[in-house]
Amino acid sequence: MQTAIRFDPERLPARTRALREEVREFLREEAAAGTFDPARAYKARGFDRGFSQRVAARGWIGLTWPKKYGGQERSFLDRYVVSEEFTAACAPVGCHFVADRQSGPVIIRYAREEVKQEVLPKIIAGDACFCIGMSEPGSGSDLFAAATKAERVEGGFRVNGTKIWTSNAHRADYMIALFRTSAPTRENRRHGLTQFLVDMKTPGIKCSPIRNMAGGSEFNEVHFTDMFVPETMVLGEVDDAWKQATAELAYERSGPERFLDTFFVLTAMMKVLGERPDPRTAESLGRLVAQLHTMRRMSVSVAGMLEQGKEPVLEASIVKDLGTVWEQALPGRARDIAAFHDGSAPLGANAPSFEEVLDYATLVAPKLTIQGGTTEILRGIIARGLGLR
Amino acid sequence: MSDDSIVVETTRRIFADLADPQTLTSATDDAWKAGLWSALEAAGLTLAWVPEAAGGAGAEMADGFDVLRISGQYAAPAPIAETLLAALTLARAGIALPDGVMTVGPIRDGDVLRLADGKITGRARAVPFAAEAAHMAAMVEDAAGVAHVALIPLGEAAATARDADLGAARADLHFDGAVPAALAPAPADFGAEDFRRLGAVIRVQQMAGALETALDLCTRYVQERVAFGKPIGKFQAVQQNLARLAGEVAAALTAASSSADTLARWTEGDADITPEDLFLECAAAKIRAGEAANEGAAIAHQAHGAIGFTNEYVLQRFTRTLFGWRDDFGGEARWALNLGNAMAARGADALWPALTRR
Repeated sequence: MQTAIRFDPERLPARTRALREEVREFLREEAAAGTFDPARAYKARGFDRGFSQRVAARGWIGLTWPKKYGGQERSFLDRYVVSEEFTAACAPVGCHFVADRQSGPVIIRYAREEVKQEVLPKIIAGDACFCIGMSEPGSGSDLFAAATKAERVEGGFRVNGTKIWTSNAHRADYMIALFRTSAPTRENRRHGLTQFLVDMKTPGIKCSPIRNMAGGSEFNEVHFTDMFVPETMVLGEVDDAWKQATAELAYERSGPERFLDTFFVLTAMMKVLGERPDPRTAESLGRLVAQLHTMRRMSVSVAGMLEQGKEPVLEASIVKDLGTVWEQALPGRARDIAAFHDGSAPLGANAPSFEEVLDYATLVAPKLTIQGGTTEILRGIIARGLGLR
Repeated sequence: MSDDSIVVETTRRIFADLADPQTLTSATDDAWKAGLWSALEAAGLTLAWVPEAAGGAGAEMADGFDVLRISGQYAAPAPIAETLLAALTLARAGIALPDGVMTVGPIRDGDVLRLADGKITGRARAVPFAAEAAHMAAMVEDAAGVAHVALIPLGEAAATARDADLGAARADLHFDGAVPAALAPAPADFGAEDFRRLGAVIRVQQMAGALETALDLCTRYVQERVAFGKPIGKFQAVQQNLARLAGEVAAALTAASSSADTLARWTEGDADITPEDLFLECAAAKIRAGEAANEGAAIAHQAHGAIGFTNEYVLQRFTRTLFGWRDDFGGEARWALNLGNAMAARGADALWPALTRR
């Protein structure tokens, strides 16, 4: 066989069950304390520094990172459990999620030692929120078209330009940004981009919120005007950011957040359908459960293979493609399945109705196959993995 | 999947040597059948799951599942899956194994074989390899609803060929007072449900294998076929379709490896696996692999254009067989109905804990 797609039957080890119970108990305590409303969390899904600090106090941020920076060097499968519990519950992880998933690992790999010692303990304490400065008005899927310029000056770089669609930029402490330090070459249009760690309190940064169609305003346009970044904040090699992908990318692509973003619709729908659904309804529900279970098995399989030092890069892209398309389609399917049921009643004391939940999910769904790499780009990557490009 | 075991290596070699799809498609007679079968038999693969004491090879469940996935990669031109399942079913019921090719039944929803006064009556549709097999291992039901295992000589059945050929040389069998060669009550740990579940997981292995080959055929074809001045695989529209096909193949492979692993552990007595875990794994696998077969076959044919629709090209061996396998041991809709009912009965709050047990 030519194709080398492989999904080993990985399981989360039995020892992770205690951790899972701890996370669930923590969420129950937060709910009881009123900091987190499980019934409406899907909508708030928010940003709560206090929550992130209490998560940090449990040791659940930077779980896998080196001990010398305050991490615990625990397994990625432990992190998987924490992450999937928070995602399924729509916990307000906005303040630490990006740092924990991708910014921290980039810093561990590419930052100077003194930067690591300063920044990583802050992330682990829940005190450092990160945003990602990749997209620009003229550069979305085509990342290498980035034009925000970082010019060399005494002791560092001066930055001018605009980033866009930057979630949480207005309240983040740091940005990991991609700036142009040189022009691309004729042979390599990927040349000339550099990754930087930017302190968001630096003068010369202005964030303008962008309201989205679902009513949120996490997005920002971020303008840089003669902002200074010290040399020490370069991540990796100047001009060579394109080489600095991508072992982390497999984690980022295949995690539970890639298929669970609309999971709350499924449970809300089940409450409306009741415990004895008619055959059409039961059959439709059964298919969704089968698809979700298989998605999760794929995702856990990739996590397990990564843990063993394998490199399931193609598999991770496939998980993200299938997962995001599935979670995007889920609200529409729930709408059809529940069409002959009354979805207007509250789903509990002080809880929204299925209709309200569905309406919100419907409005959020379009972004799910765009953020973090569009379906088209992912499928291009998969086609490359198949040897077609 | 333990790719490197001797059983797996042997299986790969036999199929590669004796079951090349193009050779079989071009063959003008059935002479290849005897050669392939005797090689599989000589290697002990046809009785892999039967304990050595009962005349089998005593292989691990996991190895057997790997053998089946490989057979799927060749669209299973021989009744290896049917004979494996038949032999296991008979051995578990303490029935001595006959020589040669066997098949199993009933395998389609709605078919029941009834046992009365030691004789069997009823129908079994779409029985694979019905003309090649000398015997059928059947799960039959007496008037009290108790399951029995019967070894039925196929001379006792009236066979009707099916109009359309969805692979696996199927026929509808009708029994009217058929006399079994052997009969025994089904053991408590291998009744009608266990038979159906194992059958489903077997078909999932084969579907995953066939989809792997379909993807392989597609990636090769689109790099060879030139249109508008370049290989069609250079067109983004084609690339995007094949990426979707890869997703379906990946889902089927995951369904296969996860369900096989779970069923093997369950059979070996792993106390950590609950009946609910097992049901979720097997139901989800049969549903998702069936869906992957639908989507996957459609994309594979689209990528091939008209040539894929011809009898002389090999793709049809895989897609026809995939279509047939979907309905064996419960189609997607039937398993989904049962899974949906089970999940609904447990309630919305039980879904997440059920999904995250392992």
